[in-house]
Amino acid sequence: MRQYIARRMLQIVPVLLIVTFLVFAMMWAIPGDPVRAFIGPGEALDAKQMELLRRQHHLDQPLVVRYLIWLGDALAGDLGRSTINNRRVAHEVGERAVITLQLGLVAWIVSVLIAVPAGIVSAVYRGRPLDYLATVISIGAVAVPGFWLGIMMILLFGVTLGWLPTQGYVSIFEDPLEGLRHMLLPAFSLGITSCALIMRQTRSAMLEVMAQDYIRTARAKGMGERVVIWIHALRNSLLPVVTVLGLQTGRIFAGAVVIETLFRIPGMGQLLVQAVFQQDFTVVQGSVLIMALAVLLANLATDIAYAWLDPRIKYND
Amino acid sequence: MTDAAPALPTITHAPRRRWPWLAVAAKLLAVPQAAFGVVVIAVIVFCALLAPWITPYDPQAMDFKRMMAGISADHLLGSDRMGRDTLSRLIVGTQTALIVSLGAVGIGVLVGAPLGLISVYFRGWTDDVVMRFMDALVVFPSLLVAVGLAAVMGSSIGTVILAIGIANVPWMARIVRSQGLAVREQDFIASAEAGGLSRLRIMARHILPNTVAPLIVQATLSMGYAVLTEAALGFIGVGVQPPTPTWGNMLQQAFPLLQQQPLLSIVPGVAIFLMVLAFNFVGDALRDVLDPRLKGVIH
Repeated sequence: MRQYIARRMLQIVPVLLIVTFLVFAMMWAIPGDPVRAFIGPGEALDAKQMELLRRQHHLDQPLVVRYLIWLGDALAGDLGRSTINNRRVAHEVGERAVITLQLGLVAWIVSVLIAVPAGIVSAVYRGRPLDYLATVISIGAVAVPGFWLGIMMILLFGVTLGWLPTQGYVSIFEDPLEGLRHMLLPAFSLGITSCALIMRQTRSAMLEVMAQDYIRTARAKGMGERVVIWIHALRNSLLPVVTVLGLQTGRIFAGAVVIETLFRIPGMGQLLVQAVFQQDFTVVQGSVLIMALAVLLANLATDIAYAWLDPRIKYND
Repeated sequence: MTDAAPALPTITHAPRRRWPWLAVAAKLLAVPQAAFGVVVIAVIVFCALLAPWITPYDPQAMDFKRMMAGISADHLLGSDRMGRDTLSRLIVGTQTALIVSLGAVGIGVLVGAPLGLISVYFRGWTDDVVMRFMDALVVFPSLLVAVGLAAVMGSSIGTVILAIGIANVPWMARIVRSQGLAVREQDFIASAEAGGLSRLRIMARHILPNTVAPLIVQATLSMGYAVLTEAALGFIGVGVQPPTPTWGNMLQQAFPLLQQQPLLSIVPGVAIFLMVLAFNFVGDALRDVLDPRLKGVIH
């Protein structure tokens, strides 16, 4: 077990190097002079200034050296400065990340709270109308664009019924109730696909577990159906749910890019989209890096959690 | 012939049918969801190919007498804030949706499958290097790649296809590799090697065919996902740019008018939903028809 985790951690080192290199290499795709990445749009510099800038950003150095310098800076928490407002990218991304993490967390909680009970009910009432209804909804939920569902919910709950705010962000720490009210629609739009996948996963895991001998034994011993389902079956059914949750991290971050734009939430996604339009390359690079690293860590955590939770899996090799 | 492959004593093959794909198609169409999916896809392909002839109006033509109209005999699905016919724009939008999903999945398969083959055939450090690269690519969701590429290369249909395509590569490579692993160890590969067949031939003729079924399934499901990503990009404004109508940028233009004319926001969303649903249905059914064992492998 420890060996497995250690090996998994070691494996991540080359992946980490490749990921960071890919983000670093993004700047290559800029047509023309790479110095342009460090100049705000509409800015015109003469040859001497360009040369100075080139040297300042080590563009006169070989590629490997440039990468190592960039990586070293990034490891030290320096992601450069925005070409638009000269703010520290790390600082800006950090501020925004807190908001995106809140949104992601609420999306996670909402989807689990809906999906797990729905999956259990679906499994327990297998083949009955309730099961069909849940299955149909989950199939639809995977195909629906989350942001469009968001638009439709804005139309229903915001425009027509006026129940929930549809734009902006209020910190949960400052005003928990209002913060949550603002988070509800975006979180649901963001979590809808995960919700459907977790529901399906819970249902099939539950069905598999309930066919096992120990469940029959529990029933034969005269245990109540509730105890059998909630204590014996559910515990083992939640294992695959952990995997789905972990693998959804990427989807949550990618989704946040769109959902934050739709609901005007000042998170990392909105920062990234704004930076794209302002051609603020360092901010784009910094945000992409942080999001990619978050997905990488989530995948690692999922693997470890899986190994730790599943008593059947032994990793001694 | 130098090919000294024995008659494969351990594997018994079903007698080769003349048209194996016809049998698959028949089984596929017997599944109601898949039949629905095939019909929807057929309609979309039809619209995309014949768009210039079947649109009731020029998608750019403005009708100032009927701006933001609802459903009517003149404009079956209404019109936008410049009086442009929604149905016509929807039909032209099928072209982008189809080109992007085909292009992106094409890149994914054409780059990913050979990488998977190389990985599984050569094993050892080649496998390690290729797979660590794939592990790294998996970390970037397609939307993130697209936004990043749009920042440095500008927004165009090429950027969108390339971005979603890159994000597809690792999944295709992983599937070919995992399916190929079992095949790689079979005796007929060893005998083909002993018979002096070239590596390329072994990979292409002996390993690849055994990975085609899951690859097709994954490709079909990825088509739907590509449509979703393209729409999302269009909505945030980094996808295919107006005036070319795409479902994503139609939704973007409709959003500020949500209160005045909700129909404009509803119609493109339903189209996206139907197209994704169709690909998911066909993909799921293909998986069950081609190889029921894949149920746990491909989601």
